[in-house]
Amino acid sequence: MSTYSLQVNGQSVDVSVDDPATPLLYVLEQNFQLNGPRFGCGLAQCGSCTVLMDGKPIRSCITPIEFADRHSITSLEGLRALEGLPNPGALHPIQEAFVKHQALQCGYCVSGPIMYGYAFVRDNANPTRADIENALSGLLCRCCAHSRMIDAIQSYAKENAR
Amino acid sequence: MKPKNPFKLDGALPLSEKALEALNHLEPSRRDFLKAAGVMMIGIGVGAATADAQNPLNPSGNVDATQIDSWVAVGADESITVFAGKAELGTGMRTLQTQLAAEELSVPVENITLVLCRTGVTPNQGLTVGSLSTMTQFGAGGLRVALDTARDALYQLAAQWLNVSTDQLVVTDGVFSISGGDPSYTVSYGQLVEGRRFNLPVNSKAVPNNPSTWKVLGQSVPRVDIPSKAKGVFQYVQKVRLPGMRHGRVVRPPALGAHVQSIDKSVLNDLAGNPQVIQINDYVGVVADTEWHAILAASALATGITWSAGDAFPNQADLYTYMTQQPSRDSLTVNSGDVDQVMASATKVITAQYRYPYQMHGALASSCAVADVRGGVGQAATVRVWSATQGVYNMRTVLSNLLRIPTANIEVVFVEGSGCYGHNGADPVTHDAALLSQAIGRPVRVQYSRRDEMTGGEHYGHPMVSNEKVGLDANGTIIAWDYVNTLMQRGEGAAIGNAPGNGIPGSLAGFPTAQVIPTTTPPNNPTTYNNFSNNVPSYVTGSINGVSFGTGAVMSQRVLNKIVASPLWTAWLRSPDRLQNTFAHESFMDEIAASLGADPIEYRLRHLSDPRFINVIKTVAQAASWVTRPSPRNITPFSQPGEGRGFSCVLYEGVDGYCATVAEVFVDVQTGIIKVTKVTTGIDTGPVINPDGLRNQMEGQVIQGISRTVYEEVKFDRATSVITSKDWVSYPVLKFGDVIPEINTVLINNLNAPVTGAGETTITTVAAAIGNAVFDATGVRLWQIPFTKENFLAAKAAQGN
Repeated sequence: MSTYSLQVNGQSVDVSVDDPATPLLYVLEQNFQLNGPRFGCGLAQCGSCTVLMDGKPIRSCITPIEFADRHSITSLEGLRALEGLPNPGALHPIQEAFVKHQALQCGYCVSGPIMYGYAFVRDNANPTRADIENALSGLLCRCCAHSRMIDAIQSYAKENAR
Repeated sequence: MKPKNPFKLDGALPLSEKALEALNHLEPSRRDFLKAAGVMMIGIGVGAATADAQNPLNPSGNVDATQIDSWVAVGADESITVFAGKAELGTGMRTLQTQLAAEELSVPVENITLVLCRTGVTPNQGLTVGSLSTMTQFGAGGLRVALDTARDALYQLAAQWLNVSTDQLVVTDGVFSISGGDPSYTVSYGQLVEGRRFNLPVNSKAVPNNPSTWKVLGQSVPRVDIPSKAKGVFQYVQKVRLPGMRHGRVVRPPALGAHVQSIDKSVLNDLAGNPQVIQINDYVGVVADTEWHAILAASALATGITWSAGDAFPNQADLYTYMTQQPSRDSLTVNSGDVDQVMASATKVITAQYRYPYQMHGALASSCAVADVRGGVGQAATVRVWSATQGVYNMRTVLSNLLRIPTANIEVVFVEGSGCYGHNGADPVTHDAALLSQAIGRPVRVQYSRRDEMTGGEHYGHPMVSNEKVGLDANGTIIAWDYVNTLMQRGEGAAIGNAPGNGIPGSLAGFPTAQVIPTTTPPNNPTTYNNFSNNVPSYVTGSINGVSFGTGAVMSQRVLNKIVASPLWTAWLRSPDRLQNTFAHESFMDEIAASLGADPIEYRLRHLSDPRFINVIKTVAQAASWVTRPSPRNITPFSQPGEGRGFSCVLYEGVDGYCATVAEVFVDVQTGIIKVTKVTTGIDTGPVINPDGLRNQMEGQVIQGISRTVYEEVKFDRATSVITSKDWVSYPVLKFGDVIPEINTVLINNLNAPVTGAGETTITTVAAAIGNAVFDATGVRLWQIPFTKENFLAAKAAQGN
């Protein structure tokens, strides 16, 4: 049994896990009861397990817990906390953009587009539509809400640039 | 019109201690629900309170759908709880049903609490399938008539209370007042009902609110579930957690049809998590304390099992030839009796064959369910399952047969999974969780691996071979249409006949699978018209005994359907068979028009008789700036080589909404890469319920339709009987970064027509529109899905182009 120090959505917690290869996703699901990162494929092919590690999007389904030791993890639930915004239970502006554009159907995939979109807009002001499509490249949305998701991220980027 | 409390949805809470508690003690009966809603059990209306009224559930856990109390409860606190039986599969049915209740009862959307799909609690409305939910809920036996009966009862009560006639009443946000009277003289629903039961039967003749007066329906009410899904707190079935729950994984035969010969359980000896093996005939699973331990145990266990060889598979390359050589179960949808004779008199006969592969639902989430089976088998055992099933009552019966436990002891709770698009792994994984939980007597959660989902979980969409033949007169008008479609089936899902063996887990556990029994005599002529599978082309009269039910003009017609046994498991996949048949009919119509040098839309209109259909086609053609000319296009110095446009249309299921689509493509004839650059698609499904929700559905279906047309085909290996499409690399689909077209959606808000569905309508037209556009661009006809670059180049070479 090894103990790992994680900072999850702003809270520092030590977790004990017997297998250092245990993917981070299962720790977030079982130890932290998070609903935001979701198992889609377990192969880093779809993106529905995406979280931010030290601000960068990673696929938690293939990230061993030992690699997350002493790192900061942010899931969909914690985006507001990451930016120190008040009322952490409310929607982050990028999530508000997804609501405004009604940019999903079943919504299971949405950690991928929101997390990659968030990180890309943070690092690239005023992105074009093609830039955003590129940043999301390889992510899957099987209900095919692609256009609305790109619209939502673009409108968030415009709002963010103000 | 934003809901005030979008986070208060059933199933939308984060997993707090309270939520865990609620999951563990889910309402055992309708009565507790009503108590929770502040509803007391006192009869009003016809009949006084009776002992029965104290317990609206009969002992079998069925809900009496003839009583409005089974559909709607009005609390003394003005809350309105609606019980409905059509599931949310990602298409917005939760919001739509909430809108319907708010409209018919004249209350704000946020006053409605909707309880969806729970045995013993919601009425049994069958399966959520086939683009039929909207039509069902607005139809004679659906939610709408129950709401309207309740509304009429409220008017009666208010008239008595305020001592006026019902036609003097006005109602706003659930409060009655007298038209032109003292505005402070009012009575609310909560005051009238005081939390009592209505005790009234559903009046099937109750009149709906007129669409021209709609205030909530017809509006782009935002989806009630999107905020919690975007925030990440929404509870999918994958996130149901029970105290003491263990995690299960299945170990499917590597080759389809292989049998267990031996299991060496010692491979688990050194593994953590106390893994336990469960074997029932060829059904093998393992449970452990955590999901990761279950995953490790399942992969170790797979190395300890010796399997026999699998079933014989055809060669993938010969699949379509193989299909047409198998013994078949035959039926006729239409047969005018004169097709051979009229065909013989034709000036010209045209034939073509279209081929459609096995395809996957490819649910983004690997399917998951949680089951809690206690007490083994028989009368003393109990079952609770949390499942993304399309039919909770069918699931209950299947589980009763699978587990040998009476239905009265089984409760099935619907919890959303990811978008399902038909019979994906949701039902099979529920059977898996139930079998494993029954074996260990504790709650078990099973989530498939991606490979489990794709090769041993879901049932694939039907492959089809379509043989088209028409006869033309001297003017080029179609005078006879002869269509033969051959499709493959295996199992079709355990909900068919409520037979566990019609699904993968039950079959492995030893339950029999329904076989395709070939017919030995020619099929009888049909006595009723049923174009549910869109096997009848739009351009024939669809006549049965001299009465026309179709949308077209061609009188001499025959549609022969052949079903043959499939080596792979199959079931419904979004627009099942309607898409395959429409791909054939609409591509063929384009071929006929091209052979005559006719514009493809004009040529279609020559053969159509239905004014609504004609209107949709003309409206979409105009929206797409369609230029009248034949295909393929002439390459001029002013035109871009490789650009083309194509058309397709359908009356979905023969009754369920009109759709027309124009696709524009760019084809790189050297590489064979097809890019869909713009799609204009229009729909007439009667009155539009939620314009933005409808557009969202249409857009999703356009892109999913492109994915299925250009990318998707289930691959298998004959030598090993293995399905080789096992992940998103070996089963490619459209991804972010691939070309996404500009999409122009055209809504025809037809207030004079009945409400129909839209969940599968648009996608039905997409494949043919793309294929016709490729022909327009290049002169190459694509007869086989998918339109990969390899298939395009092969077709181009074969056509000497």
